[in-house]
Order: sequence, then structure tokens, then C-alpha cells
Amino acid sequence: MGKKVEITCISCPMGCDVELEIDDNNQIECMEGNNCKAGEKYVRNEYYNPTRILPTTARVKNGVLPLVPVKSKDPLPKEILEEAMTEIAKVELEAPIKLGDIVIENILDTGVNIVTTREILKKKQ
Amino acid sequence: MNNQKYELVVVGGGPAGLAAAQEAYDQGIRDILIIERDFELGGILQQCIHNGFGLHYFGEELTGPEYAHQFIKNIRERGIDIKLDTMVLEVTPDKKVFAINSDEGMIEIDAGAVILAMGCRERTREAIDIPGSRPAGVYSAGTAQRYINMEQWIPGEKVVILGSGDIGLIMARRMHLEGAEVEAVLELLPFSGGLTRNIVQCLEDFDIPLRMQQTVVEIKGQDRLESVVVAEVDDNFKPIKGTEYEIECDTLLLSVGLIPENELSEEAGVEMSSITGGPIVNEGRETNIEGIFACGNVLHVHDLVDWVTEESLIAGKTAADYLKGGIAKRSKAIDVNPGENVGYIVPHKITNKVDDRKLVNLYMRAKQPMADVKINLYAGDKKLLDKKARRVEPGEMITFPVPEKMFSSNDISSLKVDIVKEEK
Ligand SMILES: Cc1cc2nc3c(=O)[nH]c(=O)nc-3n(C[C@H](O)[C@H](O)[C@H](O)COP(=O)(O)OP(=O)(O)OC[C@H]3O[C@@H](n4cnc5c(N)ncnc54)[C@H](O)[C@@H]3O)c2cc1C
Ligand code: SF4
Repeated sequence: MGKKVEITCISCPMGCDVELEIDDNNQIECMEGNNCKAGEKYVRNEYYNPTRILPTTARVKNGVLPLVPVKSKDPLPKEILEEAMTEIAKVELEAPIKLGDIVIENILDTGVNIVTTREILKKKQ
Repeated sequence: MNNQKYELVVVGGGPAGLAAAQEAYDQGIRDILIIERDFELGGILQQCIHNGFGLHYFGEELTGPEYAHQFIKNIRERGIDIKLDTMVLEVTPDKKVFAINSDEGMIEIDAGAVILAMGCRERTREAIDIPGSRPAGVYSAGTAQRYINMEQWIPGEKVVILGSGDIGLIMARRMHLEGAEVEAVLELLPFSGGLTRNIVQCLEDFDIPLRMQQTVVEIKGQDRLESVVVAEVDDNFKPIKGTEYEIECDTLLLSVGLIPENELSEEAGVEMSSITGGPIVNEGRETNIEGIFACGNVLHVHDLVDWVTEESLIAGKTAADYLKGGIAKRSKAIDVNPGENVGYIVPHKITNKVDDRKLVNLYMRAKQPMADVKINLYAGDKKLLDKKARRVEPGEMITFPVPEKMFSSNDISSLKVDIVKEEK
């Protein structure tokens, strides 16, 4: 017995609701509701390997702010976002920080780096 | 009083002020001052740490701080003067700018031209009038965003969010990833004003429920918020008796709309639009007061910062033209009017004669969501141009480029745009 999966395509503002029928071998048997080819590609990827950029913050010592915003340089598999948050929470950086500094290299063996997205100057004493 | 003089003063150092100052510089104006009340430049973008900025302008997806950084860098490279931690208190019709900071005290600046770029602020609980007690734990979503992303303070553990615009959606994900439980996002309207992408990636990814046509009818709790009472609403947004239910929570985030920040503009005598809440401007973003310009969220609330940049470059260029010796005017101004299913259009009028101009972009918002539409441009009764769109949403700004030659004739005194269902 196959199963049905619903995915909203977000490749354009139409936001088509796409319905997939998946067979026992986890193959997409049929796709309905997408209005175009770009949608098909998105939905296929979203079914087999959904990924997201993770933007969050990391702690900073001696900076003008106590936090620096960071992001995953490339999209991470969706199901490890929460785990990645835990890893990032362990880090504490020291100001000054430049934009693009690597915070964690190869997080959770994904091959993706976590990088800073702004500079943080050192706090004046 | 400390007296100073600048050719151009830009009020507000967010993306709007930065782009306007940069463009005025690139058009040859050198004597420019940006005044910002915060301790740094960048405006609201510094707290918008999520990605989704810059796809149109830079062709790549950036976070808010990264987008801001590009412009801050450009301003630094040009050596444009900046006053931080400085609050503008008054702008007069003859373009004197009064500001205050702790180093210089009160400052009076004589400006040749002024660009207003103060951004917007959030509607509060008072503005929407929810009954009940007044416990701690009720915040506007943008305030909570600043606490969490810049000040390392998480407002609570069990959260309800009222309003499903992009800020509400983004904050639902952020609170969830910071370990809070987001019980629900409530929306008064039958549709969300947020991008579909945010509904998917901020709510559905984490199984956060989005409940349409519901609102908070009561806030409960003594010192700290303990729960909210929620009810379904009818088509006139009136709560339906008997549908009430209670959600336990210690935090309520309000994401119920933004209002352009225009106290300064109004006091200066700038003519305002009751629909956008911002100044009435021509296509150069000049207000009714010659030499006073406005751009960004102070003019109308933008969904994407890319459009803020586009608009602010226009304001910067016109301000430079004005300072370099004035702007030629059309013999007759053109009023730009919203028609069916159009909430508003910026600019409100076209008054300038610009020789090398190819087109004027009209920015507008639909009143109601609609699929398969035609956007029509009329001059009087005569249709000039149309454009098809698969879908329009009130949350997404529509750009409608109008070629100069379509309205260059002096006979044209008004333009109108409507959005109608396409006849198949
Ligand atoms: C919470 C939130 C989330 C958003 N998310 C997105 C998104 O995902 N993608 C996207 O593209 N866009 C997003 N936007 C929109 C985008 O951030 C704004 O459109 C943009 O920042 C507006 O730029 P601005 O310069 O007009 O205003 P602001 O960024 O608000 O800048 C105005 C500046 O003026 C200063 N100021 C105000 N009054 C005075 C005064 N009297 N004296 C001195 N300085 C003053 C303020 O301190 C501020 O720095 C979001 C906006 C908000 C509020
Ligand atoms: S399927 Fe095509 S039309 Fe529909 S949302 Fe995706 S890209 Fe847009």
C-alpha cells in the first residue's frame, strides 16, 4: 500500500498545494496540483531531502552585544535543525568578530559551516 | 546651541537612509550627514537575523545584518558623516533639523535638503484594545525579536502569537528553536498576510498550528500572564459567542501591524496619506514641502527590504538633483489613483519632467487575495497597459513599471490602476 503526502510548493507566490502518491518503494508514483515544472523539481527535493538555512545566534564575550547572529552557510537537512541549535548553544566567541567568521566547522558531519552574519566590535572598557 | 550646516541631512540610519545617502553621494553631493538614534547603523535589519533578504537587489539570499552590512560598508567607504546615539527632535519646514546627543547636547543643523527615513513602529496592545488584566508577558513581536536576537533574553516558555504576518511567523520559529513551546499562531483574517514560504518553513516545519479567524478576547493573570481566552470571529471580526476557549501561556506576542513613524513629518507640515500612514509624495519621493523627501517604511510599510532600497535610491537621486539646481516640472501633475482591489499606490502623483527617464515604477498593494488577475492601467477611461499575475496578496507589494512615453503627453492628468479577475 502506498501513501499520500501533501507538500506546499514555495518556489513562487502561487503556493500550490501539491499531492504526492508514494509507492511501497518510496518512489513518487504521481504528483498532482503543481502548476509547472519548477514546482515538480522543488516538491521532489522537498520530499526526498528537505533542507533549510538555519539562522540563529551564538554567545559573545566582551562584545558591544552579548550575541552575534550566525547561519549555516549552506542548507542543512531539516530534521537536524534542533540538534544543530544545541551545538551552536555550546559555543562562546570572543569579540571582536568579523562578518563571515567560522563558528563551527562541518557541523554534525554535514560538511556545512556555521558562520557569523555581522561584525561585533569589542566593548570599550 | 551648537549650530551646524549640511547640504543633505538624512534622518534615520536604516536601509532606507543608508541607500538614500549613498545614492546622493554617488550623484555628486558630498556634504551629507546621517543621524541615527541607535548605537549603530542598520535599523530594524540588525534584529532580523533570518535569511530572506536581498534576492531581488543582490540576487542572493542574505540575512538582515548581512544586507545592512553591505550598505554600512558603502557609507564608510564614501566617508559620509554619521551621528549615532543622536535623536532628531524636530524638522522645520525651512529645513532646520534639531537633534540631541550626550556629546554635543542640542544641535541645530541648517540643511539644504532633508530625507526622512525613520522607518515604522509596531502596533501595541493599546492600539487593538484587548480587554483583561495587564500582567507582564505581553510583547510586540518585534520587541521580542530584539530581546532574543540582540539582548540574549528569552521572553517566556509557553507562547501564543497573535497575527500571522511575516514577523509573527518568523518569531514562532525563533521561539520554538530557542526551546519555547509555541501553542498557536492566531489570525483574525481568513488568510495570512505572511509569505507562503514562511508559513511552511516557520510553522509547518515544526507543527505549530495556525488558526484563522480567531483572536484573543481576554488576557488573564496577576503579575505574569497565565492564559489567554481565544474566540472565533465572524466576517466582521466580531467574536462569536460560545466559541471561546482558553490557552495556558506565559507569553503573548502581538504581531498586529506596523505604522510609519511620522511624528517628525507631521510636525514639519508634511502632507500625509490616511491610507499608508506616510507622507504623500511624487515619483521622486518628494513631499509637499520642497526639498523634504521620504523613503522606506516611513513612507509606506514594505514587505521586502529590496523595495526599500530601490525606493531610497530614487529619493537619494532626486534630493541630489534638487540640491544641484532644481527639478523641472511637468506643466500638469498626474494624480495616481487606486481603483478596484488596489489599497494604495506610491507615488501618489507624477510631477517631474526627467529627460533620460525610461519608466516610473508604481508600487501598490492589493486589498484582497485574488488568483489569475489582470492589473490594468488607465488614463481617464483609456486603457494604457495591462499585466497578468498568477496571484496577488495584500502582504506582497506589486511593482508595475510604466514606460515614460505612456504618460509623457501633457494631456494626461490622472492614472488609475485596478486589479480584476482575468476573463478567460
Ligand atoms: C520584524 C521585521 C521583520 C522583517 N522581515 C523582513 C524579511 O524577512 N525580508 C525583508 O526583505 N524585509 C523584512 N522586513 C522589512 C525590512 O526590514 C524593512 O522594510 C526595512 O528595515 C525598512 O527600512 P527603513 O530604513 O525604512 O526602516 P528601519 O530599518 O526601521 O530604520 C529606521 C531607522 O531610523 C531611526 N530613527 C527613527 N526615528 C529617528 C529619530 N527621530 N532620530 C534618529 N533616528 C531615528 C531608527 O532608529 C532606525 O534605525 C522586516 C521588518 C520587520 C519590522
Ligand atoms: S508549482 Fe509552479 S506555480 Fe505552483 S507554486 Fe510551485 S513554482 Fe509556483
